[in-house]
Amino acid sequence: MLGEQIIKGMAITAKNFFGSYVSKERLTTVQYPEERLPQQGNTRQFPMLVFDGDPEKGLRCVACTICEKECPPQCIYIVKSKDKKPDYKGQPQLYPAIFDIDISVCMSCSICVEVCPFESIKMNTEFELSTDDRFGALLLHKNDLAKSNEYYQKLHPDDAKESDAALAVEKAKAEAKVKAAAEAKVAAEAKAKAAAVAAPAPATPTPTTTSSATPPPAVAK
Amino acid sequence: MSATAEMPPKNFEVKPKLDASGQPMGELLEVSMGPHHPSTHGVFRMDVVLDGEEVVKLKPVFGYLHRNHEKIGENISYLSTMPYTDRLDYFCSMTNNWAYALTIDRLAGLAVPERAEYIRVIMAELTRLQNHTCLIGFFVQDMGALGTPMMYAFREREKILDLFESVSGARMMCNYMRFGGVRVDVNDAWLAQAKKVTNEYGKFLDEFEGFLSQNEILLARTQGVGVIPKALAVNASITGPMLRAAGVNYDLRKVDKYGIYSRFDFRVPVGEHGDLYDRYMVRVLEMRESIKILQQALRDIPAGPFMDPKAKLRGFRPKPGEVYGRIEGPKGELGFYVISDGSPNPYRYRIRPPSFINLTILEDMCLGHKIADAVVILGSVDIVLGEVDR
Repeated sequence: MLGEQIIKGMAITAKNFFGSYVSKERLTTVQYPEERLPQQGNTRQFPMLVFDGDPEKGLRCVACTICEKECPPQCIYIVKSKDKKPDYKGQPQLYPAIFDIDISVCMSCSICVEVCPFESIKMNTEFELSTDDRFGALLLHKNDLAKSNEYYQKLHPDDAKESDAALAVEKAKAEAKVKAAAEAKVAAEAKAKAAAVAAPAPATPTPTTTSSATPPPAVAK
Repeated sequence: MSATAEMPPKNFEVKPKLDASGQPMGELLEVSMGPHHPSTHGVFRMDVVLDGEEVVKLKPVFGYLHRNHEKIGENISYLSTMPYTDRLDYFCSMTNNWAYALTIDRLAGLAVPERAEYIRVIMAELTRLQNHTCLIGFFVQDMGALGTPMMYAFREREKILDLFESVSGARMMCNYMRFGGVRVDVNDAWLAQAKKVTNEYGKFLDEFEGFLSQNEILLARTQGVGVIPKALAVNASITGPMLRAAGVNYDLRKVDKYGIYSRFDFRVPVGEHGDLYDRYMVRVLEMRESIKILQQALRDIPAGPFMDPKAKLRGFRPKPGEVYGRIEGPKGELGFYVISDGSPNPYRYRIRPPSFINLTILEDMCLGHKIADAVVILGSVDIVLGEVDR
């Protein structure tokens, strides 16, 4: 019969239409500003800079400009600092004097996150960023981008745990290195002393080069 | 004397039809459809010459979305091109990523781990599902079924996009594949959700097909319209569902067996008449085969690494050489041709976009049909202007 299949199609439409009143499955829309769906697992919007503790001193970024070079649409602008500040490992490092991201150019590809060797740049999930300012508001500066590690842990708990672990490993390595260096120094001094004792020819004491910066050999070995 | 002077284009001069007494029946009407026309699927223009309602000449005009993708690709690093490939065919970013990653894998000699291969197949087949579903929605909308089928298609697509978002971070611009693997591993919860979506998809297809496949209006509008003869399809290097609808059994998943497609049990649906209905039906059947592949892949996926340990992100410099990698995208053969000179940027970077090449025989399909059919024929080509114009 001509038109039979059209009526069948209408029946399917009707089933979906009335079904939306009965079953939650068939009602797929939400009333957005009042009602919100949870964000999906690894969702990403725009980059942010993670800091530990203080937003100015604790910034993990060391201004290596790898992200600036790799950024496909070239939306990152970094100026290195003239002086250095200690990073989380205690080593003196440069920091970004200027770190700007133009999020009207950024395409949220997260290449910067992947190439960052310092677990510094991460993706934010904030998406309601519309503004009526045509010029300045979408150019984010260092203090707009800086977000605390606790904030990041809230956004992506698993990834944050991973990056924290990676940093802890780095820190432990650095500490071990410092410790090993100190121990080596102590050992060298002891050796020098022993040599001085064995050959007491020079009357002057052995020139020890201990500087005040090195931790004192607390436990005498 | 130039070659063009000897060979005028096919419809160099068209004249209106003559009546019995030898007088022209009316005047020709030239219509410029697009670039801002809702049926052209983007910024695409057709210069149509009409005799009455019949198309006697058609000239596709494109380039409105040209953004220098290939030249940009030569000026940025290999890795930085990856997010740009998302923007080629913005419906199928996963398959674009795979085609590019496959090309660079071959160029740099990277071995993709087992698990990554499975993830890639799962993502590609999910992409195929959502692309074909949406295409059928648009295609039916071009015929006048405003809204309902397309909304159903988009409802299902959203489930797949949610899967993409939860693993890659973005719904459409996934930027997920990497040279030598994938960027993020999938977890068990994701796999369970993917299994659920896959298993429910068949039910949706039954509903969708009950809605459309036998519908009298759809049959009247599609059967015998926009026929591509087999020989023309091969000569014009048409690929993908359009070629198979014309009756040529050519699927790169079977021909090239790239990735791990040789392990899966699936069939290639082939059409008979090469008309619009066959193109519709081939896509529906392909979706059913995709579900089969997905079920096998989700069942067999092994544990293990998801990235080749030799692959590196920073300072990636493949050895000098050239390579052409191709995969069967949802729209056809998607190929990337890359020449490396050992520097961090490719020396030459070229794309073979399926929908651009499928579009080249638009005039042959449309001649002699009504202008309303030209819209539907264009819809059946499955073009995405991001890929056509690059």
